[in-house]
Formats: sequence, C-alpha cells, structure tokens
Amino acid sequence: MTADTPDAARQVTAAPDPQVPAIELRGISKAFGPVQANKDISIRVMPGTIHGIIGENGAGKSTLMSILYGFYKADAGEIFISGQKTTIPDSQAAIAAGIGMVFQHFKLVENFTVLENIILGAEDGGLLRPSLAKARASLKSLATEYELNVDPDAVIEDIGVGMQQRVEILKALYRQADILILDEPTGVLTPPEADHLFRILRNLRDEGKTIILITHKLREIMDITDTVSVMRRGEMTATVKTAETSPAQLAELMVGRKVLLRVEKTPATPGKPVLDVDNLRVVDAAGVERLRGVSFTIRAGEVLGLAGVAGNGQSELLEVLGGMMPATGTVRVNGTPIDLTGPHADGQSRRAAGIAHVPEDRQRKGLIMDYAAWENSVFGYHRDPTIGRGPLMRNAAILDHAAAQMQRFDVRPPNPRLPAKAFSGGNQQKVVLAREIERGPDLLLIGQPTRGVDIGAIEFIHQQVIALRDAGKAILLVSVELDEIMALSDRIAVIFDGRIMGEVAAEDASARELGLMMAGVSTGKAS
Amino acid sequence: MDLITVLQVLDSTVRLATPLLLACLAGLFSERAGIFDIGLEGKMLAAAFFSAAIAAVTGSVWLGLGASIIASLALSGLHGLASITFRGNQLISGVAINFLAAGLTVLIAQSWFQQGGRTPALLASGRFGPISLPGAEALREVPVLGPIYAELISGHSILVYVAFACVPLTWWILYRTRFGLRLRAVGENPEAVDTAGISVVRLRYSAVLICGLLCGLAGAYLATALQAGFVQDMTAGRGYIALAALIFAKWRPWHALYATLLFGFLQAIALRYQNLDLGFVTLPVQAMDALPYILTVVILAGFIGKAVPPRAGGQPYVKER
Amino acid sequence: MERMPKWADVVLIPLISLLLAAVLSGLVILAIGEDPINALNLMIKGALGSTYGWGYTLYYATNFMFTGLAVAVAFHARLFNIGGEGQAMLGGLGVALVCLYLPWPHWSLALIASTVGAALFGAAWAFLPAVLQAKRGSHIVITTIMFNFIAAAFLNWLLVGPLKPRGGMDPSTARFPEATNLPSLHDLLAPLGISFSKAAPANISFLVGILACVLVWVLIWRTRLGYEIRAFGHSEPAARYAGISPTKITVITMLISGGLAGMMAINNVMGEAERLVLNATEGAGFIGIAVALMGRSHPFGVFLAAILFGFLYQGGAELALWTAIPRELIIVIQALVILFTGALDNMVRMPLERIFMALRRRGA
Repeated sequence: MTADTPDAARQVTAAPDPQVPAIELRGISKAFGPVQANKDISIRVMPGTIHGIIGENGAGKSTLMSILYGFYKADAGEIFISGQKTTIPDSQAAIAAGIGMVFQHFKLVENFTVLENIILGAEDGGLLRPSLAKARASLKSLATEYELNVDPDAVIEDIGVGMQQRVEILKALYRQADILILDEPTGVLTPPEADHLFRILRNLRDEGKTIILITHKLREIMDITDTVSVMRRGEMTATVKTAETSPAQLAELMVGRKVLLRVEKTPATPGKPVLDVDNLRVVDAAGVERLRGVSFTIRAGEVLGLAGVAGNGQSELLEVLGGMMPATGTVRVNGTPIDLTGPHADGQSRRAAGIAHVPEDRQRKGLIMDYAAWENSVFGYHRDPTIGRGPLMRNAAILDHAAAQMQRFDVRPPNPRLPAKAFSGGNQQKVVLAREIERGPDLLLIGQPTRGVDIGAIEFIHQQVIALRDAGKAILLVSVELDEIMALSDRIAVIFDGRIMGEVAAEDASARELGLMMAGVSTGKAS
Repeated sequence: MDLITVLQVLDSTVRLATPLLLACLAGLFSERAGIFDIGLEGKMLAAAFFSAAIAAVTGSVWLGLGASIIASLALSGLHGLASITFRGNQLISGVAINFLAAGLTVLIAQSWFQQGGRTPALLASGRFGPISLPGAEALREVPVLGPIYAELISGHSILVYVAFACVPLTWWILYRTRFGLRLRAVGENPEAVDTAGISVVRLRYSAVLICGLLCGLAGAYLATALQAGFVQDMTAGRGYIALAALIFAKWRPWHALYATLLFGFLQAIALRYQNLDLGFVTLPVQAMDALPYILTVVILAGFIGKAVPPRAGGQPYVKER
Repeated sequence: MERMPKWADVVLIPLISLLLAAVLSGLVILAIGEDPINALNLMIKGALGSTYGWGYTLYYATNFMFTGLAVAVAFHARLFNIGGEGQAMLGGLGVALVCLYLPWPHWSLALIASTVGAALFGAAWAFLPAVLQAKRGSHIVITTIMFNFIAAAFLNWLLVGPLKPRGGMDPSTARFPEATNLPSLHDLLAPLGISFSKAAPANISFLVGILACVLVWVLIWRTRLGYEIRAFGHSEPAARYAGISPTKITVITMLISGGLAGMMAINNVMGEAERLVLNATEGAGFIGIAVALMGRSHPFGVFLAAILFGFLYQGGAELALWTAIPRELIIVIQALVILFTGALDNMVRMPLERIFMALRRRGA
C-alpha cells in the first residue's frame, strides 16, 4: 500500500553497525480516547541484542509494539530504524523495514498448511507453485540454522501451540526480518517449550538479529535479555543493563513501590473438609486430556492456592467446579457428591450447592459488559427466589440493593445504572466479587483475582479474600502470579500438565521450589 | 423412459442448473472471503431486469449483458459498503438488497415499459441463442453418443458454456493463485492477512465484486437465454437455491457444480412431471420443489458430513485493540 | 464510556434513517416522473384520512406487530429469525384447522383457541431450526430461509390437495364457519357510539397485538427468562458461566419467536380472509425484520414501527390506485429502511457519535 517504505533502511541493516541502534523510538505518545496508553516514550535498542520490555498488564507494552508494527498510528513521536527516520503507517511498511512480530495470539490461518501460512503476503508472483517451492527450500535452511524444525506440510490446527509459535517466527524470518518482536511468547508454552524458544532466540541474536521480548515475567527477563526497559502506566520508567539489575529492583520499578505484595493475616484455623476432589479428569473438545486425575481437599477456613503456568489445566479445573464443563471423577462439597456430567452439571446447581465462582476472565464470563451494574449484581443468581416473585424479577429492589453493595465494596463510581463496560478493571472485579461472596458461599473459586486490576484495588480484593477465609469459608485460589499465591494461600498446590505436582504449606514454600514444580520437576518434599 | 426423454430431461437440467451454478460460484467467492451473501437473489433479479430492458431497448443482447453486470456490481458495491466499510450486519444487508431489487425492478419496468412490471418480449437479436458445436448435426446419427453430443452438449447458449468453464477457473484461482490463497485466508482469519501487510478491505471488495459479476451473468442468462424477457420476481428463489447449493457443496467449486446439477435436475423433473410416480409412492410436484431446501437442512444438520463455513464468515473485521 | 446519550440511540438514529429512506424514496418517485409531495399527500389521505384508511392501516399494522415482535425477541438472543414468513404460514394452518374442524359456540372462544393453535404451529415450525442451531450449530438464518420455502411448498400442496373443499376453484380451504368470524373495529366501536368503516378489515386482533407488545415487554425486561435471553444474546460464555443453558435459551427464544409470528394468522386468516388462501402472509414475515430493526427491538418501538409500515402499505395501495406509482414502491421503502436502520447503521451512527463527542468536549 505504501510506496514510500524505506528500502534505504533495509540496506543499512544488512550490515549492522554496532554503534547505531537497530531501533530508536523518540517521544512516542498514543491515547485511546481518555486513556493515555503511551506517554512520551523513548528507547534505543542496539543491534544483535535481546531487549526486554517488562511491565504489568495494561502498562502499554503491547500498544508500543503495535505502533512499531504499524498497527496503530502514534499521536506523536518518531521512529528510527538503523539510524534512518522511518514512518510505519501499516504492517506492510513494518515488514519492509525489516520488522517481524510474533503476537501473543497467533495470526495463523488454521486450516492452511505451515507453508501456505509462511508465504501468505510474501508470495513471489501471481502463482503459488513457485512461491511454495521457494519457501520449502528456505524453510529447510532456517530449520538447520536456528533449531526451528517444523513439518512444512502440517496443517496449523493439527500442531501444538509451541509449533505454531515457531511458524510465526519462521514467517518473520522468511520475510527477512532483522528485528523480531515477541509479545508475551511464553504465556502459552510449557517450560521445556519455553526453554527451546529461548535457545532459538539466542541463536537468532548470535546471528545478528535484534530481538525485543515483551513480558511481565521477571524470570524471563533475567534469563535471556541483555538490556531491559520497564514500563508503568504508559510511561517508560527505566532502561538498564540486565546484568546490572536485580528482580527486586525491576519489580519495584514495575509497580512503583517497594513492597510488592504483603497481606496482613493471622494463621488459618482449618475446619472440616468443604471441597473434596478425587481423580478428576477432563478431556477437551479436541480430545486432549486437560486434567489427568486431580485430587485435593480444601477445608473450611483455609485458602488453597493453585500455582502453575497458564494452560496446565487450572482453567479447566475452575470451569469443572463452576459447572461450565463436564468431567469424570468425584467431587464432594460438604460431603455431598456433585453432578459432573448430568443435568445438574451447570452453574445454577453449583450455586445452589454453595459454590461461588469469580471466573478468570471477568469480562467475557463474569459480567455482561452491556448490562448495568445492578443487573450484573444478580448475574448467576437471577433465579434466586429472594430477588423476585415467580417468573418476575423485582428490578427496583435489586437496584437499591446493588447501590448499597457498591458503597460497601467501594466501587467507583458507585452508580448502579452504569453498564459494566464503563468501569475500570478493578471496579469490575469488585462488582463480581461482591456478588459472589455476599451470599455467604461455603466455597469460593477465584481465578486470577487481580489480573488487569489497579494496585489500590488489589489490596482491597486480597483483604476481602482473607476476610472470607476468616469467616470460615473454603477458598480455591488460581493465579499465574506466584507472588499472589504465596501472599494469600495457607497451602499451595502446583499444577503441571493436568496433574498436581505437589503441595506445600505456604510458610514453608520457596519461590524456587515452586518454580521447579511448575516446570514439571518433582521435588523431594512434594506429597 | 427412452434415451430421448432422458436426454431431454438432462438437457433441461443443464439449462436450469446454469443460473444456479453462476450464482453459486458468485456466493462462493464472496463467502470464501468471509462475506456472507444472502443477496444473490436480489442481484440476479436486478441483473435479469437490466439485461432484458437494455436488450429490448437497444436490440443488442451484449449491451444487455453489460447492463446486467453493471446493475449487479452496483448492488455488490452496496453490500460491500454496508458489510466491509461500515461493518454492518451482512445478513441484514443481503435481505435489504433482495427487497431493493424486488421493488426497484418492477418500479422501473413499469415506468419504462408500462407493461405491468415486465419488459417487452425479446426478439432473437436481444437473446443469447443456442450455439451448435462443430459436427453436432453430422454426429447426430451415431448411436447413443451422437444424440448425447447433439442434444445435451451442443445447442446451448454461450452463457451455459461460460458457466461450466467457470468451475475449473474458480478452482484454479482459489487453489493455484496468490489471489486465491489470500482470498481463502481472509475468510478464515482476516487478522493473519492484515498482519501480513495485505489489505483486508481491498481483498474483500474484490471478492464481493467478483460475486457481483457472476450474479450479473446469472441474471442475464435468466432473462435473455432461458426466457425471453423479464417478468416480476422471475428469479423465483433461485438465489436461495444457489445459497443452499453452496452449503451443499461445502464452499468448494467442483462440488458446487455437482450440487447445482442435482438441484437443476430436481427442477427439470418438477417441470416435466407434475406428479412423479415412483411406483411405491407418488411424489407431488411440491415435494420436488421443497427437496433442495430439505436436503440443505439435512446437510446443515451435519448428519451427512458437516458443512463448516469459512471461519470468519459474517463477522466484520475490526482491528483488535 | 457512552459515546452518545441514550435518547439519540433510541430516537434520533431511527429517525435519521427513516428520513434518509424517505428522501431516497422521494428521489425514486421523482425519477419515475411523479411528484413526491403529491404522493405523500395521497398516502396520508388514503391511509389516515378516513376510518376506512385507518382500518386498513391498523389491519396491516397488526400483522407487522406480530412478525416484528417475533424478530425482535429473537434479536435479543442474537438470533436472526428470518423465518417469520414460514412460521406465519404455518400459523395460518393452525388457525384453519382450529376453525374448520372444531365446533365453536362463540368467536371469543374460537379466538383463544385459534391464537393458541397459531402460536403452536408457528412455534413448531421454528423448533427444528432452533434445535439444529443449538445442538448442531447449523446457521439459523439459512435453516429458517429453507424452512420458509418448505412451508410454502407444504401449504401449496395442502391447499391444492387435502384441504381444498370439493368443487373449490382456487387453492384455499373452505370458508370458516360464521361463529368464528371476529368482530371488526366497526363492530367493537359501534356500541361506544363511534362510527368506523364497515368495509375495513381491522379487527379485534389489533387489540391482541397490543397485548402481545405489552407481554413481550414484560417478558424481556421484567422476567428472569427475559434476563437470561438478553444475557445469552450479549455473551454466550458468560451465559454458560451463570448457568444459563445456551441450548435451552436458543430453543425457548425461537419457540416464542415462532409463536409470535404464527399468531399473525388470527389477523389475516381468521380476521380478514376467513379462510386460508395461498400466500396469505404476503411477505409480512419479512416486513417484521424492518419493523424490528426500526423499532430497535423494543416492543414499544415495534408498535410504532408497525403502525408506520401499516401506513406505508395502505398509503402505497392508494398510491397505486391513483397514480402511476406501483405498489412495489413500498418494497423499495422497506428495503431502504432495513438498509439504513440495519446494515448501514454505522454510517448514520458514526458521524452522530462524533458530533456528540465534540459537543461534550465543548461542554466539559
């Protein structure tokens, strides 16, 4: 589309000058309506290095990279590629400037082969056959060069996510990218897959490629990057050499205060078992076994934290217990087995059994974004006899009740008539939490309680969870944030590949030991 | 049934299948690019009217054909505007286009010709006549193959041959060219296309316009070859049958040919026999009319192989934030 | 954040869309050599200038209320029921069977039974597409279109065959017995001392239509079921989380929708024709789409839009009578309304939103 893409820049990058930054951003700003996603950001990335950009969810990392890839247009600022000022109005211009991007959600055509995906948009001429032949040859050499083995004729939907990610990297390399941006690349990977990815990235760096790694995981930054920039609330707070920093310092830069997470709480006084899960198994729609015989118990008055890398079965566990997915095995609540496959394997029956559920994805599941806050305040409990008569709902009473509830939970603004989408992430979460805990459930399932939630609200939410525990309720906490698990839990179980790897008391747990179990390594202490 | 009867029914099948085939391939291009099109009927109808009207006025069937294509392209452009540019609901846009064509054709026909919403009957020069393939008459006497060649294969109008030629052409474009690869990709995952630096909008507009072109041919065939002039609502649901055939064919070109031939055959039977005596049961003509739709529902239900539409079909493309 | 006030969304956008449709229709009238202002005057006089005109306007409006509500209810669950036409045809069959094969002492009882019959038959015709959508993922738009054609073929067969009375000339059932004939607005208003045209077909079904609007309003905005229907329409994963069965809601919503479409038959079959004829629905099922879009899927909006389309249909018929403009003009207007309020909604909406944002910024 753009004829003015800088071919000159490509020639310069062909022979990288180690003194000139591969990428330099100067004063980039971008606002979406009232939200300032990027504020006056400047950054220099030297060629042949791996540069990390770390920050919490919503810090503006992805927006910045999308600007670099021509997906958004910056409101202000300049981009220099190998010292040449470059405008990147669209993805085509970015590709021409030698930038390749691996998105968090892959951009692959599911029913195409690997080869077809690779040539898409980079075909030579109007006919496919020569393009495919050329790509096949080039794939072979890339595979040996960088440990990037993929079957060129496999169909995307038949291969795993790790493979799909390699296809994305190959796509970029096939387009002769010198600069590779990866957005949260390990979120979907198992630890061995992540290790393999890092090996590939190191190979690429050693070949002179420049890599930008976006992540919110400190460990990855420390492991693989040469330099790191920290983003917080749309601003770039620091750029440092990785060797000269520490996780603690980065964490402080990320959240803007010293203490990351500490929750005031007294030791738990566990009572009788509330939730008893035995040999739970789930096979998903694609036929993959997601839970492979999970067993655990939660007692009244304690928080069981379930740690694990995303995608190891914890989401499925929550959905099974919340009545959104069928499973086999036995689950007892207060000694009574609950239906896992039959007509009572639904959210209504679960609520009747005393299970409340704050889902991982509150915007897609926990709330109806177009419903007003008061309507959301009974979502899932809308069949409750107390909120209406027969088939009718008493809207006025629900509205009053919601208004009072919003005051109690400090939801801002406390206007029950506003739709859920008008609230910030933290306030949306408070609406969900208020609804789920106020009926006094015996068991609370809570997934990623503070994902995308501002710092102030995190503290409030954590206090509510602890208060519920102290009121003698059982809580299953699922979070990919290990700090959160360690701060809130009384016991910590680690899930890996659909199995519980082990369980430790929170006071005995070390991040290192948990990390090993999360990577699938059994430790001696595991029960 | 003797050979001649069979050949007559098959000949009629070919003629009746032709507009279905053209419309079906039209829908194939559009839907493979992710734009649902239930406005095939309306585009065909508008094309049928303008081909007949212009052919009647000028006496030239080729000018009529040009007019039909322009009319159909205009409606395609409207569909594109609604569903691509303004990211509206593609189904609703299709419904609107069908009504627009149904109303406007009669309105304009009445205003131009004052014949109660029809065009004057077309003379020979205003129609696409049959083409005798070389040697058809000479070979007629050859047993079996002769009549098949002379009756079934030879003697159709040019648009019939164009329609059948469109099948391998469509296949080739779809699976052997860069354009086809991108077209299929944009119907499955427009984001993949967008991030590869290809314009989703331009691709989808191309697909929608190809759809318009083919619907134009289909409409012109109806009014200037199959029949001699335009009458109100002359498409009579063919656009929907084509849509059904497209599902039946699971959005594949060769299967589109088979599906439209099957549905054309059903129409030919219904045309020839009011009630079809199958020996054990007598099928009323209405059953034959309903059969394409019933078969499509069965296919949709997935009892005989599931019909999975292009994944991004029906959804306007909005860049993710 | 809301980009524009709610009243603009609910009132202004439909009005602008209507205006656009009207202007374009005016241009069409100009193009065929007639005077649009004169045409509008004729339409108003013909449709609203006499109780006869009103009688037809309200008769058409009654049809459109039912089919409009049918589409609107389904819209709330994000289902596009394009099969109102077929469901209304089957509703007609239900009415015909009730009226012809059961003895009725009084029209009121016949009306209740016919309403039930019409709703049941209409719902039954929506059932299979609903189940196929819910269980097999078959696209409901396509299946309901197919069911329209199947219904047409089925009724065609019934009316030339099994249901045609001996010696009948045209494809239709026998006349319904006298006791099932519904009181017209003339009959209803006469005791109140209001004289209303005797020839116009508007009848008591109009009141049933208004009642249906009220009941649908209660259903959608005041009941637990309506809450579930809307929730499912907004987000299926969320509905599943809340324990709302997508299968159940899809089927129930479509049954209600089909039932409403079927109920139209008490007006056109029982109230007007007093027998079942071929193609009795005359496209009213499709007009329901325009009515629901125009009325923003709100029962009150549907009521107003139905009256508007009733006016257009009666006015259009008058127009065809007195000018060279054929009735099909109405189909064009209908198409334009669907286009602007449905498919091109964003074309109207985006500039308006920009204006409101600018106004707000200036105000702030």
